[in-house]
Amino acid sequence: MNATPQNPLPEERLQRARRQAEVVEALARVLPSRAILSRHEDTVPYECDGLTAYREVPLVVALPETDAQLVALLEICHALGVPIVARGAGTGLSGGALPHRFGVSLSLAKFNKILKIDALAATATVQCGVRNLAISEAAARFGLYYAPDPSSQIACTIGGNVAENAGGVHCLKYGLTLHNVLRVRGYTAAGEAVEFGSEALDAPGLDLLAVVVGSEGMLAVMTEITVKLIPKPQLARCIMASFSDVESAGAAVADVIARGIIPAGLELMDKPMTAVAENYVHAGYDLAAAAILLCESDGTPEEVDEEIGRMTAALEQSGASRIEVSRDEAQRLKFWSGRKNAFAASGGISPDYMCMDSTIPRKRLAEMLRSIETMAQRYGLRCVNVFHAGDGNLHPLILFDANDPEELRRCERFGADILETSVRLGGTVTGEHGVGVEKLNSMCVQFSPAERESFFGVKRAFDPQGLLNPGKVIPTLQRCAEYGKMHVHRGMLPFAELPRF
Amino acid sequence: MAGARRAALDIRGGGTKAFYAEAPSGEPLDLTRLAGISSYEPTELVVTARAGTPLAELEAAIAARGQCLPCEPPRFAPGGTIGGMVAAGLSGPARASMGSLRDFVMGVSLLNGRGEVLCFGGQVMKNVAGYDVSRLLAGSWGVLGVICEVSLKVVPVARATATLCFDWDEPHALRQLYGWAAQALPLRASCWQQGQLRVRLDGSESAVRAAQRKLGGALLAPDVAAPWWDSVRDQQHEFFHLGDADLASGVCLWRLSVPAVTAPLDLPGSRLIEWGGAQRWWRSAAPASQLRAAAASAGGHATLVRAADKSPGAFSRPSEALMQIHRRLKQSFDPERIFNPGRLYADL
Repeated sequence: MNATPQNPLPEERLQRARRQAEVVEALARVLPSRAILSRHEDTVPYECDGLTAYREVPLVVALPETDAQLVALLEICHALGVPIVARGAGTGLSGGALPHRFGVSLSLAKFNKILKIDALAATATVQCGVRNLAISEAAARFGLYYAPDPSSQIACTIGGNVAENAGGVHCLKYGLTLHNVLRVRGYTAAGEAVEFGSEALDAPGLDLLAVVVGSEGMLAVMTEITVKLIPKPQLARCIMASFSDVESAGAAVADVIARGIIPAGLELMDKPMTAVAENYVHAGYDLAAAAILLCESDGTPEEVDEEIGRMTAALEQSGASRIEVSRDEAQRLKFWSGRKNAFAASGGISPDYMCMDSTIPRKRLAEMLRSIETMAQRYGLRCVNVFHAGDGNLHPLILFDANDPEELRRCERFGADILETSVRLGGTVTGEHGVGVEKLNSMCVQFSPAERESFFGVKRAFDPQGLLNPGKVIPTLQRCAEYGKMHVHRGMLPFAELPRF
Repeated sequence: MAGARRAALDIRGGGTKAFYAEAPSGEPLDLTRLAGISSYEPTELVVTARAGTPLAELEAAIAARGQCLPCEPPRFAPGGTIGGMVAAGLSGPARASMGSLRDFVMGVSLLNGRGEVLCFGGQVMKNVAGYDVSRLLAGSWGVLGVICEVSLKVVPVARATATLCFDWDEPHALRQLYGWAAQALPLRASCWQQGQLRVRLDGSESAVRAAQRKLGGALLAPDVAAPWWDSVRDQQHEFFHLGDADLASGVCLWRLSVPAVTAPLDLPGSRLIEWGGAQRWWRSAAPASQLRAAAASAGGHATLVRAADKSPGAFSRPSEALMQIHRRLKQSFDPERIFNPGRLYADL
């Protein structure tokens, strides 16, 4: 499944060794020796990100410590035509930070300072390697926090969040990374300083910040990010509701929103997931339920009271078989513990799992879960489902054993099937994890050749030489042609008839 | 066809924003017949409409289901369209608290300069497949192509609202706004002008009542407040009106977008301040260089919105590194410079 052959030819290895010596020598002129790693045992730890099924050892790992060093590094790589793969904490789930065999993996770990928390302006300016949660911790003394909360928030960096446009359980109400970032500073592939957005609420010209956020390290190397902070809500309470079938759980989601309520979080777990989570955290989940909804309200005590009442009425009317409202903060956290640990719990019952990330219109939720059930039987693999139900973002976890190549292939086909079904239902192949290398084939299904070509046009506008994270996000025409043929082989056409809007 | 004869086209909806940005040029391309709401799913919080759909029609349709466009895009005059709204990318009084128009764009279909119709984004809020070209189109003034159809996120209309008035000078009003912004208050919009600050609270009944008690001030009657906020949103408020005499004497309407915490600006003319301090309108006859310098030194930029002479350029220019990216994007989407050439910057 790797992009390169497992056993490269001797000539290729020789060529790589020469290139490595050349790049190391050039970098050694501008970086301290501790900032350059090239021995195999030093570069192997960088061979993958959170998507461990895909691995590649980088040519060189560089860890610059200052902007001046970073610029010098970029200029050298630009002059030599060396690909650059920027990397934060390596928690990404789509292989976006998968190294390039002939490229430099650029670790931004040393850019880890919080530069300014401005309580008056309610903003934080931090270097890209600062962890997501560290921003909220630093802002806490002012009663402020940074809202987007991907589940990896203890470890993942804000730079990675911006690169992936990370979401989280609270983005239904508080928005994605895109909605919470004011300004990004960094450098082009040529080492030229650039600033996207501003500390004002807009910047002149085209909204380049909007394309840089979520660009998976392909348009610029970012070093400094200014985010919006918001006041911490005084109170949060969570409703846990059980449903005897997934259809009524899906209808309940629509009912809550139809009443004009935007919950702070609205999450669904199916029955298999609930069982796995309960076994892991003992939160007291209803094991008889076909689906469990967690529905949260936050704000002032008066607001929360009013909203919990309206949410409860909606859930009851949609046929909830059991409803429990958190009495206090401890119980609220307990309700969430299973959801927050869903991935870890799944890791405990299977050697490996593959986490999918598509988004569908909310109303197709029950239909999608039924389709996944059917697929699980067809591919002979188990699948548990957690779901950011409020915004239609699914995380089916396909359980498999990566040591069994045949099982891995079935798992990949199962995953692709989920993604393509999501596109057919009017959704998208990735809601918050990014395309990386994992969903390159699925991009062939979601976008036409002309659309993919215009993505390449955007890439060239920022990075004419194509040095930043090459080969990710946008599949080539050739790759899509091969993927299309594979589909015909399996007796299916790649949904040529689909309306794509 | 236009591609074959390389004629410049001036993309037109209702023409309500023809005065904004650089002057339109080229053959008009009328989009008002490409109209209609293609789909609206209140429980999905998404509406999809073709470019020529009147904004008024779309707002009425979603209001009937208790929803709204929370960024309150300015309408200026009747007849504005959805396509023009997205191409201009402008937001109204609630922008600082609710987000900008671009934040609510979920998907766009675009006719590029090669005559290809391309779809970006979609009808779901969380979508990171490919670069976010749909949001790049918000505020692009048509220079990358013709927006044909748009999907927008809508939100529920607040259940309660109240407008409070305070007789405070500018420094005091700004200080109060900063303090309030750091608290969990349902503060949706603010506007200061001539010694009076008005703030609008929007939210649940209980939150609005509690905030009202906390902030004090004088309550503005609801039947006065709603049209007054509309007048600010649509620039029908007298502050925004420049008569022939004003124009002849060199008075211009400027929009300064600056960090909200910028200290009161010392510029000739009169001002109206929105967005908690982040959007400052000036009626001023001062030279463009003075307003642009003031905005830039605060970390912002200045737009020349209404003037007899727009030769200083409607918009501030980004850095040369970013202009280079602008030119390459234009080259990629519209290589023959067919669509709205010069509307954003004379050389783009």
